[in-house]
Formats: sequence, C-alpha cells, structure tokens
Amino acid sequence: MSKIRFATIWLAGCSGCHMSFLDMDEWLIELADQVDVVYSPVGSDLKDYPENVDVCLVEGGVANEDNLELIQQVRDRTKTLISFGDCAVTANIPAMRNMLGGRDPVLKRGYIELGDNSPQLPHEPGIVPELLDQVIPVHQVVPIDIFMPGCPPSADRIKATIEPLLNGKEPAMEGREMLKFG
Amino acid sequence: MSVKTLKINGQDIAAEAGKSILQVAKEEGIPIPTLCHLEGVTDVGACRLCLVEIKGINKLLPACVTEIGEGMEVETNTPRLQEYRRMTVELLFAEGNHMCSFCVANNNCELQDAAIEVGMDHTRFDYRFPDRGMDLSHPEFAIDHNRCILCTRCVRVCDEIEGAHVWDVGQRGEQCYIISGLDQPWGEVDACTSCGKCVDACPTGAIFRQGTTTAEKLGDRAKLSFLINAREKQEWTR
Repeated sequence: MSKIRFATIWLAGCSGCHMSFLDMDEWLIELADQVDVVYSPVGSDLKDYPENVDVCLVEGGVANEDNLELIQQVRDRTKTLISFGDCAVTANIPAMRNMLGGRDPVLKRGYIELGDNSPQLPHEPGIVPELLDQVIPVHQVVPIDIFMPGCPPSADRIKATIEPLLNGKEPAMEGREMLKFG
Repeated sequence: MSVKTLKINGQDIAAEAGKSILQVAKEEGIPIPTLCHLEGVTDVGACRLCLVEIKGINKLLPACVTEIGEGMEVETNTPRLQEYRRMTVELLFAEGNHMCSFCVANNNCELQDAAIEVGMDHTRFDYRFPDRGMDLSHPEFAIDHNRCILCTRCVRVCDEIEGAHVWDVGQRGEQCYIISGLDQPWGEVDACTSCGKCVDACPTGAIFRQGTTTAEKLGDRAKLSFLINAREKQEWTR
C-alpha cells in the first residue's frame, strides 16, 4: 500500500495552529513514517500544491485573492479537507476587520490614516495579493469534510483527529475534548 | 396540592400543577439544554434552546414557560429537536461577533458550552459581523454588545433580584440591543447600585468587570441562587 499523501496549508491565520501541530512532538516521527508530507509550510519545501493529496489541514480563513485561488486548487486536488482551527472554521480574529465594512475602509485605516511617513495604498498586482471585501470561513468557499475548531486546537486534539484517518476511520468530532471553540 | 400526571420521554411522572415542563424535567433528572433560563428569576423563553415536542400540538414549545398538563406526552430529545437546537446555537454564533479565543469568558461561557452540548462543529449560516459597539462608561463594569445573545438575564436579575431595573431591551429585530436607563451610557444611570449581579448572570462575556482579560471572567452563577435562597429561607451563610 502506498503511503498517505499528507499536506497542510496556511491561509489567513497566525500560524498558531501549525505551532500546535509541531507540539505533537515525538508523535510527528511516527506520523512521518506513515505519511508522505507533500506540501506544508512546516514540513516541505515544495512551492506548488500537488495532485492526489489524501488529507490536508487548512489553517486560516480566506482573506485575499491568493487564499481564494489556493483553497480552490487544494479542494480540487484533495480527498479529505480538514478545517483546522478557529480561523478556518469561523474566520475568527482576521475577520474582525469585517466590522470596518469592507476592504477599502480597512486599507485606508491601516495605510493612510495610520501611515507614518509616506501614506499610500499598497498596489502591486501579481506580487501583493488583493484583499477580499470580507474574511470568510473556509467552508463558505469550498466543501469541508472535517471541522476541528480551537484557537489553537491542542496537539492532543490534532492527533486524535488525524490518527483515525491513518487507519481509514473517521474521527468522532464531539464533546469538549474535540469540539471546543476558542 | 393538585397533581398532574404526564409522560416525559415515555417516563410516567406525577408533579405539582403549575410547574413548568423544564422544572419537572430537572427534578426527574431529564436534561434539557437552556441558555436564557436562570434559577431564581422569571423565565421568558428567549433563547428557544429548551424547545420540546408535545403530542397533539404542532408547534414546538419552550419547556421553561410551558406549564405541565394532565396527560401531556412530552419528548425532549428527538432528532428534530436536536437539529433545531443546533441550528439555534449556530444562529446565535452567526448573529453577533463571538471570537472565543480572546473573550473574557473563554472556558467559562454558557454559549460555548451550548455549542459543545448540541454538537456544533461549525455554523452553516454566514456570519453577519455586525458593528455593535460597547459601553465602558461605568467605573467598574463594561458591556460589549458584540457578545450579547439577548437572553435578557441581566434585565431580569436587575429588576427582580436587585430591584433597580437598570437594564431593558431597545429596538426590534436585528437592531435589538440591551439598553441601560433611558438608553443612556451605563455610567450615567443613577439607578445602578454597582452590585454586579448582571455580570454574574450574563452567560457570555458581554457584561464583565473592567480589567478582566482573556478567559479571566469566572462568573459566580451560584451567588444568585444563594441570594434568593437566603431571602426566602433566611439562610445567610454559604
């Protein structure tokens, strides 16, 4: 049997979920034996998301055009997509900019009103991705197979979610241990 | 005392007439999820989490404000009720701005607990991200309307236990919010005795003590039932 092709991606989040992933410590060595890490900001140097991925953890909400393009590509190429942490599941802290009412007021606030020396709006098409009007949870853009809330989900919860998948089983996402937000 | 006999989840029960389905279920150890219910103050049926099915009635009725009746057959946990309860909690999360991770009530929040209880792993409704504001004019306390679920516990506890009636509900529908005094800043309301009962009654992190930071609001819910018990039975030690 070929190894499970495993990936993680990082959209609009603080990387705390990935840090929590690394907190699985020695179990990461066992995990590495059982999977091929084919794409991950903390586990692979590949720049393009490959085809035929079995399991992918998605950290972060969808905040800009880059996030949007990547998540659609990831959905097309992945069997089991896991919404990983509160930013992916609820849009969480990055979505607090939504209360300002859209991308223009946010950019104006950040780059003009609070700009120090030469206030100007960032505009580098193809280099700096354009902001979307709202930061939204991942499941609002593509279908999600498993939701793992938490800010961040603890290493134990991440392990309890991934481990059954390695044996072809579905994790039971219920109860305080597996479901708590925040 | 007149007695009514009824069935809850097929279990035969005899209880005192005039009691609510919620009260009777509680006495019998049958769990029904609640959010706006608070021991010691009047029930209002605001949150709809305690909805139950009653045979012969098409509507789902809130257990907290529905009196038991002779021969009633009540179901408290059917798949339909489970689905509606989950939907109710999802709507509460989507309606306001509940970012648990840095909320004062994180780990000690009844809305968070309700989400776990009904098995909510995400909300299927689009978040509204309303711009609701907060009131920090009171010297000791604050209210963040973004985290308010309009359960009106603060309104009832202030009116019925403290007797000050500082709080009320203003506007209608999605504009609804909790007001202090005559819709004045909280700090300018003379009627407020700064007793802090609303802080303890609030199920979320909407009303809190100033200076409380992430996950620091512990909330002493038992203090309120202690007070009521003390007044009724003159038991003033805890």
